[in-house]
Amino acid sequence: MTNVSKLAVLPILIGAIAFSANASAQTARKPADPALVDAYVKSTFGKAPPEWQARIEPDETLKVCNAHRNEVPSAEVDKIIKRELAKVAYPADGKLLGDWKEGKKVANNGRGGQFSDPEGTVAGGNCYACHQLDLAEVSFGTLGPSLTNYGKDRKFDPEEAKNAYTKIYNSQAVVPCSNMPRFGTNKVLTEQQIKDLVALLFDPESPVNK
Amino acid sequence: MKHAAAGTALAAILLFLSGLAAVAQDASEKEIERYRAMISDPLSNPGYLAVDRGEVLWAQKRGTKNVSLETCDLGLGAGKLEGAFAQMPRFFADASKVMDLEQRLLWCMQNVQGLDTKDVVMRRFSGPGRASDMEDLVAYIANKSLGMKIDVPLKHPKEQEMAAIGEELFYRRGGVMDFSCATCHAEDGKRIRLQGLPNLSKPGKLPQETMGSWPTYRVSQGALRTMQHRLWDCFRQQRWPVPEYASDSITALTVFLNKQAMGGEINVPSIKR
Ligand code: HEC
Ligand code: HEC
Repeated sequence: MTNVSKLAVLPILIGAIAFSANASAQTARKPADPALVDAYVKSTFGKAPPEWQARIEPDETLKVCNAHRNEVPSAEVDKIIKRELAKVAYPADGKLLGDWKEGKKVANNGRGGQFSDPEGTVAGGNCYACHQLDLAEVSFGTLGPSLTNYGKDRKFDPEEAKNAYTKIYNSQAVVPCSNMPRFGTNKVLTEQQIKDLVALLFDPESPVNK
Repeated sequence: MKHAAAGTALAAILLFLSGLAAVAQDASEKEIERYRAMISDPLSNPGYLAVDRGEVLWAQKRGTKNVSLETCDLGLGAGKLEGAFAQMPRFFADASKVMDLEQRLLWCMQNVQGLDTKDVVMRRFSGPGRASDMEDLVAYIANKSLGMKIDVPLKHPKEQEMAAIGEELFYRRGGVMDFSCATCHAEDGKRIRLQGLPNLSKPGKLPQETMGSWPTYRVSQGALRTMQHRLWDCFRQQRWPVPEYASDSITALTVFLNKQAMGGEINVPSIKR
């Protein structure tokens, strides 16, 4: 846990800097009436099945992120971390590393959650959309930092592996209003899939660490 | 005019080719084959076939009133097409609503022609063996603003409301991935996998080039596509529900994006991946 709280200091600083730099722009912006925005959303998505409409209903945390366009004021940072951390479920047996070979598949799979996906589609993590991982995979995006040698650089420290599990399960338990999805909390990935991804990052045999 | 545009299309194909190596691994053999066929006839941007079909549709008598669309007012007066697209979406007093071109065309079909638009809406996106009147009409009408500058009106309170709501929607996160438009389009030089993502969050060159290039002929889909289709596809990637065709959130986003793109030159139909 100590590492999680240490990690949490960084975003507070980043948040504070980003906030002050944007403070003038933020006060200048007159946000549209939220009720009106909801009416527009209803007119465009109101015919979707109820469970789909529920998915785009922002929760307490997303409401804060939306209001501040992800540049959270420092007063909100601790609240979000506390709220999101409470949504993380750790494996009952305490084992965090699954099978990196399976994790590799999960990281490469971008299916799931789209209205074009057939029902019952097993969702992937789509990690390569945003991250570089295995150097052999050249088709990677840059919305997130490179994760090559992730475990090796962290000396395969079990505490760091736990942080990675937390991060993947609920990215906002680590960085409030992170652009990274909350894969466990939003039920995109199963506990087993997340363990396999932690193995992809922390198994010495994983291509990420080669 | 057509040939100058075809020259630009050729340039676009060549530009694409230089990037082909990067995407080749993702493109199926069939797609590459399609490219080869296209390149063997470089003077044809297939988007112009849609323009020609749209021209016929515009003049075709249909509906219970058996009249053409030629008296439809797209904002600059009945039947005036030159420059109309450059100033859309806009407020229409007769409908008391801000409309994009597609909403307006549907309105004219219903009110000018007395046409039941159910079938037209069903064919809103073309597919194999299924032409889309909307895509063809948009191609024809948008092409009448070729070389002009994006100049979306923002005077009417409803137009201003649309721009403000569009901006709000751009930043609204949701869906199982917590994505908003801004997740993918608010930073310079980012990409998803190998796909470059234009930063549309601040006014200037990137939104100008982006918005000035739609409608576009999408080679990967073998079809001319409009902004309605682009945003439908982005909402899909955003893991949001299916957006209703020609609905107000799409128009609001289009107003916001065109506001970011003010002054951008319109070069349509363009040709893209
Ligand atoms: C939509 C983009 C996106 C996707 C998809 C995504 N991430 Fe991230 N990720 C980010 C961003 C942005 C950051 C940096 C900011 C932060 O830490 O929240 C990040 C940070 C991380 C970090 C922490 C890096 C550090 O600095 O220690 C890890 C670990 C990580 N991601 C793993 C994953 C894994 C595994 C997946 C797939 C299951 C994934 N990410 C999917 C955007 C994404
Ligand atoms: C998960 C990622 C993602 C999200 C979320 C997303 N987009 Fe996109 N967007 C893309 C990709 C990928 C492309 C295609 C780029 C290409 O083909 O060159 C694209 C293309 C576009 C284009 C056309 C760009 C061009 O150069 O022709 C526009 C306009 C656009 N998006 C607007 C939006 C809007 C508005 C939203 C929110 C409703 C949105 N996008 C949400 C990924 C996304």
